[in-house]
Amino acid sequence: MPELSYREAVRDALSQAMREDEDVFIMGEDIAEMGGSMGVTAGMLDEFGPDRVRNTPISEMAIVGAGIGAAMQGMRPVVEVMYEDFTTLAMEQIVNQAAKHRSMSGGQVKVPLTIRTQGGAGWSPGAQHAQQVEAWFVHVPGLKVVFASTPTDVRGLLWSAIYDDNPVMFFEHRTLYGIKEDVPDELEPIPIGQARVHREGEDVTVVATGRLVHEALTAAGEAESEGVSVEVLDPRTLQPLDEKSLVASVKKTNRCVVAHEAVRRMGFGAEVAAVVQEKAFDWLDAPVERVGAKFAPLPFAPVMEEYVVPHAGDVLEAIRRTVGRAA
Amino acid sequence: MQGALVSGGYGRDCETRADAIGGSFAAPRRGRGAGGGVAFTLSLVAKVERKRTLSEDRLRTFLREMLLIRRFEEKVEERFRAGELPGFLHVAIGQEAVAVGVCQALDDGDVFASTHRAHGHTLARGTHPNAVMAELYGKLEGCSHGYGGSMHLYDVERGNLGANAVVGGGLPAITGAALAFKLRGEPRVALAFFGDGATNIGTFHESLNLAQLWNVPAVFVCENNHWAESTPAHQQLPIEDLTKRAVAYGMHTITVDGQDVEAVYRAAGRALKHARDGKGPVFLLANTYRLVGHYVGDPQVYRDKEELRETRETQDPIEKLREKLGVSDDEFEQADREVNELVEAAVEFAKNGTDPKPEDALKNVYA
Repeated sequence: MPELSYREAVRDALSQAMREDEDVFIMGEDIAEMGGSMGVTAGMLDEFGPDRVRNTPISEMAIVGAGIGAAMQGMRPVVEVMYEDFTTLAMEQIVNQAAKHRSMSGGQVKVPLTIRTQGGAGWSPGAQHAQQVEAWFVHVPGLKVVFASTPTDVRGLLWSAIYDDNPVMFFEHRTLYGIKEDVPDELEPIPIGQARVHREGEDVTVVATGRLVHEALTAAGEAESEGVSVEVLDPRTLQPLDEKSLVASVKKTNRCVVAHEAVRRMGFGAEVAAVVQEKAFDWLDAPVERVGAKFAPLPFAPVMEEYVVPHAGDVLEAIRRTVGRAA
Repeated sequence: MQGALVSGGYGRDCETRADAIGGSFAAPRRGRGAGGGVAFTLSLVAKVERKRTLSEDRLRTFLREMLLIRRFEEKVEERFRAGELPGFLHVAIGQEAVAVGVCQALDDGDVFASTHRAHGHTLARGTHPNAVMAELYGKLEGCSHGYGGSMHLYDVERGNLGANAVVGGGLPAITGAALAFKLRGEPRVALAFFGDGATNIGTFHESLNLAQLWNVPAVFVCENNHWAESTPAHQQLPIEDLTKRAVAYGMHTITVDGQDVEAVYRAAGRALKHARDGKGPVFLLANTYRLVGHYVGDPQVYRDKEELRETRETQDPIEKLREKLGVSDDEFEQADREVNELVEAAVEFAKNGTDPKPEDALKNVYA
């Protein structure tokens, strides 16, 4: 089993797809010679050439829209939006066009487009380079939203996203690009819409996404030494959400904490909490706890950024609160 | 004089799409295909003939096509006022020559994206009036099966990639479709319709810039009717010659009188050839006139009544061609009768159409 970093895993999925299938090509800002601002596409220009690894001007609407157009003609473009903050510049095309062509046409059209993007705080990038905006897209019928947190998951899910016939918002997390793990020799596609339990437990289910999966695992380790058995579940796909796995887990543990790096207010955690209380109300021994960023644009100064962004400690406190509450 | 104006040279099969829910779409290829993702036929001989000699017969066909659009749109206005059509509508009265001239110049396999004012383009490209009317009535037999309505008419088999309710919304996808044709080596062109108002929006600028940068086979057709809803040109455009906006991106431009259908046809043909020959995208500026309001029911309080009256009298593309061809009153009335029959039949067809089931709303969200 080879060891791949998250970054290499993304590159591997893209490269394998492009080797097998002429219809797959990538475009985005600085992805060619530079290999992408995060180094994800390094080396791909040499292998695939400038027609299929296309640097673009700074034109998010045209980049995404061109992806839509090529996808409608049966190709499988993978478009990169450098920072997820910049998806705002392409929102009209993502929300009004990509998401809706299939429905508005009465099923005549497919948009098999993948939009890869990334974000993540912790290095003082400032308010416009560190947002986590996945919740906006979960709210749009017609889009799929994927957010993988490990090299194996990101590789298998990116493959599935590319071969899904729908527009997929594929979120990567900046601080995870360097993490490494052993991955299967052969790329194993992971179904979209399938959650993963990282760690089994009995006392509380922590539903976490992105970087917070790892923070949750750290918190779970701490909690164990306090005698609390924590189950960590990563939905991996936010839309469609694997409600079955989520609800089964909470029915088992009777408590739920949901954790993401995105702002807590109206974050994806709010949807998870709503689903959990709808479907497992009588199994809950405590209200669902939500962990997310505090409600402020992300400040620059490290001490302020640290305060706003959630960490393992916040997950642990949430675990303690939910477990400490009398049944 | 019998020509293509009077029935005989005009064949439209009556198609219904009741069974076609779910639509047809060429499955994406995996691996090297035989070239081309969408099957299309080129009737090369007929095409060459059409392009070299614009016969009177052909012009009579154009006249009839424009008349169909005109009567269809008038009927739509009437049915809307009768309270039969949900939503809101934008009719193309006055702009028929651009629709017919351009769409007649397209090859099989070419694709286009339209605007909120899409009925003309859709009909001109060959979608049956039954299918368009049924869509306006929200029926399953509509060209978008009731899911789209007036501003989201699609007919993928005819290369109609959708009308768009967002000004400029369809342009980036046209750049993308053209890119796909280029990457695959297909001799096809992607074309976008949009108005003068749309030349102000970001997608216009980004799409032209990118199309020119990547030298893709795209044609951008600006239907300059001098109004962005209620805002006249001088209030929204700081320049007069809109081709400058394309020249700014290094793009080849053509300007044409949009009320002269023959001129539009020839100009569109040149633009399409330029793109198809790999010379890059083209901006085609068609100066035209909107002889009605922005939407059906628009009282046009913002428009000078004298200007409107004069424009209607002097800028009707149908009258212009009729005069040019010397079509007799009898001949014209005969054609008008036939066209009106088609339109009436379309209304009947639509009214007798099938309403979607309410829960059909949840279909087609995902492929």
